[in-house]
Amino acid sequence: MILDHDVIVIGAGLAGMRAALAAQQEGANVAVVSKVHPVRSHSNAAQGGINAALTDRGDPWEDHAYATVKGSDYLGDQDAIEVMAKEAGDAVIELEHMGVIFSRDEEGRLGTRRFGGQERARTFFVADITGQVMLHVLHEQLMKAGTKVYEEWFVTSLVMDEGRCVGVTALEMMTGELHLIRANAVILATGGLGRVFEPSTNGLIVTGDGMALAYEAGGSLMDMEMVQYHPTTLKSNGVLITEAARGEGAYLLNKDGERFMERYAPNMMELASRDVVSRAEQTEINEGRGIDGCVLLDLRHLGRNFIEERLRYINEVTMDFLGMDLADQPIPIRPGMHYQMGGVKTNVDGATQIPGLYAAGECACVSVHGGNRLGANSLLDTVIFGRRSGVAATEFALGKTVPAVSETVIDTEQRRLRSIIEREIGEDSVASIRLEMGQVMNENLAVFREKNGMEAAKRKIVELKERARIVGIRDKGRVYNTALLFSLELEFMLDCAEVIAASGLSREESRGAHFRVDMRERDDENFLKHTVATKSEKGPEISFSPVTITRWQPEERKY
Amino acid sequence: MDISLKVKRFDPQRESEHAFQQEYVLDVPDYFTVLDALIEVRENVDETLAFRCSCRAAICGSCAMRVNGHATLACKTKLTDVMTSDQVVAVEPAGNLPVVRDLVVDMVPFWDKVHSVSPWIRPDGPEPEAEYVVSNDAMSHLNQVMGCIMCGACVSDCTVLEVDNNFLGPAALAKAYRFVADPRDGAVPERLNEYQKPGGVWDCTRCFECVQACPKGVAPMERIMVLREHVLAAGHKGTYGARHTRAFEKLVAHSGRLDELKLVPMTFGFFNIPKLIGMIPVAIRAAAKFKTPPLIHKPVQGVEKVRRLVKRVKSYQDATHDNRSNGVS
Repeated sequence: MILDHDVIVIGAGLAGMRAALAAQQEGANVAVVSKVHPVRSHSNAAQGGINAALTDRGDPWEDHAYATVKGSDYLGDQDAIEVMAKEAGDAVIELEHMGVIFSRDEEGRLGTRRFGGQERARTFFVADITGQVMLHVLHEQLMKAGTKVYEEWFVTSLVMDEGRCVGVTALEMMTGELHLIRANAVILATGGLGRVFEPSTNGLIVTGDGMALAYEAGGSLMDMEMVQYHPTTLKSNGVLITEAARGEGAYLLNKDGERFMERYAPNMMELASRDVVSRAEQTEINEGRGIDGCVLLDLRHLGRNFIEERLRYINEVTMDFLGMDLADQPIPIRPGMHYQMGGVKTNVDGATQIPGLYAAGECACVSVHGGNRLGANSLLDTVIFGRRSGVAATEFALGKTVPAVSETVIDTEQRRLRSIIEREIGEDSVASIRLEMGQVMNENLAVFREKNGMEAAKRKIVELKERARIVGIRDKGRVYNTALLFSLELEFMLDCAEVIAASGLSREESRGAHFRVDMRERDDENFLKHTVATKSEKGPEISFSPVTITRWQPEERKY
Repeated sequence: MDISLKVKRFDPQRESEHAFQQEYVLDVPDYFTVLDALIEVRENVDETLAFRCSCRAAICGSCAMRVNGHATLACKTKLTDVMTSDQVVAVEPAGNLPVVRDLVVDMVPFWDKVHSVSPWIRPDGPEPEAEYVVSNDAMSHLNQVMGCIMCGACVSDCTVLEVDNNFLGPAALAKAYRFVADPRDGAVPERLNEYQKPGGVWDCTRCFECVQACPKGVAPMERIMVLREHVLAAGHKGTYGARHTRAFEKLVAHSGRLDELKLVPMTFGFFNIPKLIGMIPVAIRAAAKFKTPPLIHKPVQGVEKVRRLVKRVKSYQDATHDNRSNGVS
């Protein structure tokens, strides 16, 4: 089938739905294409809250911006951070009007809690299910607007015409049919790439699709070495325990019962920024002060009632997976892969370097997070830059004639998919390649990195790419062929993995989440700049682009 | 530990269009969930097994299915909690929805019903410049129902939907409650009028299956019961459901127990001959099992106490209803 729209949005998480609503409001004929139903998107898993400085309450937005700049280890672009911090208040009020049931203070106004890397409580929240509620409320708004959603359609490629992005090809899971959707503007809102690492806090659907699609089409991936390890994840399966636990006062303890953060961040303690806390934990574990590869998170002093009201979901999680009650005992946690600060390089309106192609949310790199994202800035990022990209994409799209791409695009792509299904079946499998990729990445591009490890990872990824090129799948059917889907996702993930390793090697310093044990200092003279990866025949080609500094000069970073 | 996973499978592309059972014998760690086991099958045993999953932590709602005959989230269910003494776990797709393939069901009918309750906030008049000022209690009361992840477990096990697909079902009605109980919503009277129509709140049989199936503690049936109270308070008293409820209340307030002989005509109307004739087969079937109400119906001992109790419950209901409608300022 060939379908035409002014604007299409790939992905239906918070960024995607916010972009679609903005585009529709601006008068575009918009459709959302998502490989899962909107409310299955991984924005669900954001627990703690959304940051905003409400200036009318005497919280200047500049303070929030500065905390973000410092959190980013000065790699965030300050013009973009200013945009985000300035618009944050309005965005939160807008979400409240849409129906988000934000927690209130005693006067019935929006209540706040503390979050890491910030001196002041400016995180708005719904218990510990903030992302879930925001996602469902935005979906309510999408239903209200009657926005077209192509649900469980998997985008296999971007369609290009003379350097412009003019649509996508998408596989309808229910039927196995391949469609061409033509559009004047395409917005990528596909989220992160967590499953490139094993384990990860991310859902199994988080496979870097949008980043890989843009990279394949000639776009640039920026700061991809900046991978956030969250300080509090479960060892067994990588599931996330929200930073709100520490925001509300939980302690981190080593095996001696010591609040070890005192030695690493005497002022902010457990609420130092995530890279700092994760490194501290890993150091404790590496130096023998952990317990079975973990440290402890202690919430007991918060009391059962408080936990029941504000942290109910994580208590459910620890009961389900550990059989432990947060009110009764400290739980073992460790740093785990959580978030990709890097992504498709965009400007503050979501525009990439490819005309007609936009990106927003975790798959984009504006960059507001730089070397390390502050907790509760990701939800903010999705709604601010989701909206802006929806507006900008519509402005670009309206008035242009629908690109006359022909049906042959479908045939070519169909042949490629057929060839995957028809590959010979051997010993190798998609699952084992993915597992090896995840393990090698988690071993060499985690909290601590060094040259040899990153080189080994890169070599391994190149080898895995070779294997992935020929690996056969056993499902030959058309209807809901998940094996084919996983094979396509694996290709995407391997592209991302290779770029992460290459970018890491090119940044010869330590900054934010990228900490090299062989180069332990930040080097502003040579590396106060973004890494930019583009695809070449020999693999990723890395160049650099300057960081925008408006008012905050780099300083030593202490918490 | 060794485990035998018996999965009900269906492949629309096979020549015989019948579901079949396939057994997978696995050796897995004790801490594995049903979902972990299914993933193990898909990755290392049988790539063709189709099911949905993503978050692994009971928040995305993808993996609702029946385990040993009851709907649940596969990711939240430990094998050791559900396996039989001979280490067997039976897995089937969620019920009351068309099966697409294996454990994947078509959620479109589910979402159509959710959509039909106008599931978006409808403010009364222009929005305030800043946030709505509402009590924290009013908002945190909604946490429970907003905890719904739309997994469909309740719909799977709903005994009404099994026989009457016209019923909106527990998920859609729990969603409806979310707006009725939201002090910021300005369309509650219109909503209640919609929700009390056939297929709405009165079609629930209070079987508790949805409460038991819900993996997130939303308790849809209890939301439906509160919606009924709102519907009655809003003056919608003409439906059979409303009349049935009022007949119950009147009869119990009168004699301290139910007079089933009067209940039927009081619900349908004493002169609603077609409906009353329609009940005759039910009466005959009941009589065949010696289930006949006494012809002379005397009040129970201490009926005055019952009457006082009824009075107190009613005044409590009136008070809480006033509170709910005054939650916004």
